[in-house]
Amino acid sequence: MTSEIADSLRKKAVELRKTILTMIHAAKSGHPGGALSMADIMTALYFHEMNIDPNNPKWESRDRFILSKGHACPVLYGALALKGYFDFEIIHTLRSEGSILQGHPDMKKCPGIDISTGSLGQGLSCGVGMAIAGKRDNLPYRVFIMVGDGEAQEGQIWEAAQTASKYNLDNLVVIIDDNGLQCDGSCDDIMPTRDLGKKFEAFGFEVFSIDGHDMDQILAAFDLIRSRSANGRPKCIMAKTLKGRGVSFMEDVAEWHGMAPNDEQFATAMADVEKGLN
Amino acid sequence: MTTLRKTTRDAFGDEIVALGEKNKDIYVVDIDIGKSCKTGNFKKKFPGQYVNVGIAEQNAAGVAAGLATTGKIPFVATYAVFGSLRMGEQIRQEVCYPKLNVKIACSHGGLTPANDGASHQGIEDMGVMRTIPNMTVIMGADYNATRKLVAAAAALNGPVYLRFTRDAIPVIYDENVEFTIGKAHMIQDGSDISIIANGDTVCIALEAAKELSAQGIGVRLLDMHTIKPLDNDAVRDCIDRTGKIITVEDHNILNGLGSAVCEVVAEMGRGRVHRIGVRDQFGESAPYERLLAQNGITAENIVQQAKRLLAS
Repeated sequence: MTSEIADSLRKKAVELRKTILTMIHAAKSGHPGGALSMADIMTALYFHEMNIDPNNPKWESRDRFILSKGHACPVLYGALALKGYFDFEIIHTLRSEGSILQGHPDMKKCPGIDISTGSLGQGLSCGVGMAIAGKRDNLPYRVFIMVGDGEAQEGQIWEAAQTASKYNLDNLVVIIDDNGLQCDGSCDDIMPTRDLGKKFEAFGFEVFSIDGHDMDQILAAFDLIRSRSANGRPKCIMAKTLKGRGVSFMEDVAEWHGMAPNDEQFATAMADVEKGLN
Repeated sequence: MTTLRKTTRDAFGDEIVALGEKNKDIYVVDIDIGKSCKTGNFKKKFPGQYVNVGIAEQNAAGVAAGLATTGKIPFVATYAVFGSLRMGEQIRQEVCYPKLNVKIACSHGGLTPANDGASHQGIEDMGVMRTIPNMTVIMGADYNATRKLVAAAAALNGPVYLRFTRDAIPVIYDENVEFTIGKAHMIQDGSDISIIANGDTVCIALEAAKELSAQGIGVRLLDMHTIKPLDNDAVRDCIDRTGKIITVEDHNILNGLGSAVCEVVAEMGRGRVHRIGVRDQFGESAPYERLLAQNGITAENIVQQAKRLLAS
């Protein structure tokens, strides 16, 4: 049963990667690297783990998702499109005038976006606010926040982390997209983040380390976290990932942080992701 | 005029309790200066509507935004200098851009934290806040006006920046006087010159207006408690009726009330404005009245400038 679910999610992840590439290619700009590195976890969240209803995006008991690393939004838009939050054809309008798919997520324009993001370091704070409200209102929802490893260089992440711990936000799950690269190069060169898992642990989080591209490990982590969702501790998934994962020439290449593929590269990339992860 | 003096941060502290009583969605987000921002009673009475994030302003803005997405009406309580500048980008991105129902409630406006020195005197805050789309920017002129305006801010669905005084200022309004966000409050009418003031300078302007009236000069005096959205019609009326305006503010003369008034007058293509305010310089630790005097924010200077303007 479990492996059937994982298999179907792996297929869905292929669709999501193709959607990401199609959007960015059509827009001729965007951030493929960090979108592709999150594709497997996002697939698991939107097609398995989160309690959401695309027909009722403002449902008060829905699980929330915050893309703190807002520039990776094609992965979020792709998940929302595949889930049916809006007409799939809209994906071709990414970054164009009047589109609901802004260059960075806009909660007032696009259904399913729980908070606008784009300026790094701020999403976790917003998630803390949502999680506090959920606890005070006795609503069953959880809040998932995706943070980049480079983004964790922002001090506000740690201000938010200590608040999550103080308020015993066991309904909050931070996922670190630990792809090791940032805009200007490798995190180790630009500003070493050291052991982020240990840092979150020191801040009072329960930390779960996984391979962020292994669907079995992703599902197992979510199962474990769900079973521990009333223990008073915020959760952190340290997801080891590869930037550009699934596209041979983009994998682990910092230059693909914020660049769109040309027609030829797009064709190669689509063929690559069609094969699934090796 | 009564000689009673009260701080307007106390007005916030009192009104937020009244609001919290009536509406369980009213929240206070403190940043470790709750004692100073007068949120103590709210914290005691409504612990379930209270959050203290410690010394972390940027986080406070984000937490408030998150709360607002769930229908809460959070008031983030801090000082003007931190609430506008330290939190400025978070307010722009997470509060104003998505137009969330967050209120930034700041004590220590302008030169009122006089003895604290320049580091704590927020003289740029209203200017910074007024340049962010979707933000409303307010400073009440006394305790009673501030209570009314805090309540009005809570009732307005959207971001609001509220500014209070650290120190006591004269109570100039009766508690039954009503205030509407975005509408200037006319204190007196007159046909020779207009004075437009806000916050803690309204009582100074009032003193100047009395002196000018005693000298036979008719003063139209407006309390412009909301500098954004500015009551453009009220400014135009001043020019139409008096042709000349003096603005008075406890804020840098750049980008505050005086600038906002000048923008309207410049587009009218007629009329004259003289701005009185902090002269684009940092303050120091000194008595509040001395700091005002260093910048010409005195009744005497207002009178002098009014006569100069009338003679020109």
